[in-house]
Amino acid sequence: MHDGIKIFGGLGFFIAIAAFPLWYALATGRANVVPEPKLVNAGKECVNTRAFMREYHMTMLIEWRDEVIREGKRLPVIVAGNEYQKSLTGACMKCHANKTDFCDTCHNYLGVSPACWDCHNIPRERKHETR
Amino acid sequence: MKLDKNYELNRREFLKNAARLGISVAGAGAAIEVVFGDDVLAASSALSPAAVRWAMVVDMTKCTRKTDCIDCMAACHLVHNVPAIENKRHEIKWIWKEPFINAFPEQRDGRLRSGLAQTDFIVLCNHCDNPPCVRVCPTKATWKRPDGIVMMDMHRCIGCRYCMAACPYGSRSFNWMDPRKVLDEKTINREYPTRTKGVVEKCDFCAERIDHGRLPVCVEACSERALMFGNLSDSRSEVSALLAGRFAIRRKPELGTRPEVYYIV
Repeated sequence: MHDGIKIFGGLGFFIAIAAFPLWYALATGRANVVPEPKLVNAGKECVNTRAFMREYHMTMLIEWRDEVIREGKRLPVIVAGNEYQKSLTGACMKCHANKTDFCDTCHNYLGVSPACWDCHNIPRERKHETR
Repeated sequence: MKLDKNYELNRREFLKNAARLGISVAGAGAAIEVVFGDDVLAASSALSPAAVRWAMVVDMTKCTRKTDCIDCMAACHLVHNVPAIENKRHEIKWIWKEPFINAFPEQRDGRLRSGLAQTDFIVLCNHCDNPPCVRVCPTKATWKRPDGIVMMDMHRCIGCRYCMAACPYGSRSFNWMDPRKVLDEKTINREYPTRTKGVVEKCDFCAERIDHGRLPVCVEACSERALMFGNLSDSRSEVSALLAGRFAIRRKPELGTRPEVYYIV
């Protein structure tokens, strides 16, 4: 074992490089890339709170889907005097009109690829004022 | 027959028991058939009919006034993003024209109105009262709504095509390819989803419009008012009045599917 120092030193160096994202986040207290979904056509109130929508929008969409298609309950959701159809393209995408700036930012970050867009049409994307 | 360790079944006794078992199983099956059979279910639903029973009446005397008219088909296909695929084996059909002999192969009513056998009929999903497609669907992706519409849930369809084999009217089409490859990007209706490769689709009587109190798009598009849509359970509805006064036929009624698209001939 004449090369012990070289071997273990090299191994340690490799692990340090490979674990860079972990210790960097620990040391600085923040991840380097954080998804920032941008709101477009904002102004109206969303159907639920920001925290709820962040965590449960997919569950809510599936509930809407089942109510509309399977039970025929198509009455709109009313929030703060605004009527919203239970519809992805008919309601959500009216405000969050820019899929690449809104949906995709988090979905790409988390590596999820929802099948919604296989059938549901993505609204035409124009230049938006984002915030 | 007493139970003991050295008990052995001889051949005669074994055959006797087997026969008893067979008879009891068959008897139970027959009893279930009588109690829960389709005829019994049909009888009960006829006694308490649904408050709403959507149906369509196609008046062929009006439909043939304009030759080569495709208004209903064009409107439907535009609104529902139905691709026009040239290949017959891949084509998607919601509402289309079918020669009389293909639409009514079992029609045996002797002499019908002259020229009728040469007429192309407008055909679509019949929204049967006893839909065979619903019975065979393993995932309940297709089912009958209380108002009679045979609905399709694309989210749940696994593309097994049992329903296509079951449907005697050829009303269902399988997406062999992504329809977006054929659809024109410019004319696509963005408010209505396209379908994806691997699901079965068909006419759904424009459920999304009916639920909002509107008529199916084909009915609205027909300038001759040859297509009528309404509630058959309501005796004062337009369709009920039409059927009460005119002679109408249905496609393949002998199969017991109880189709709900009527043709005034």
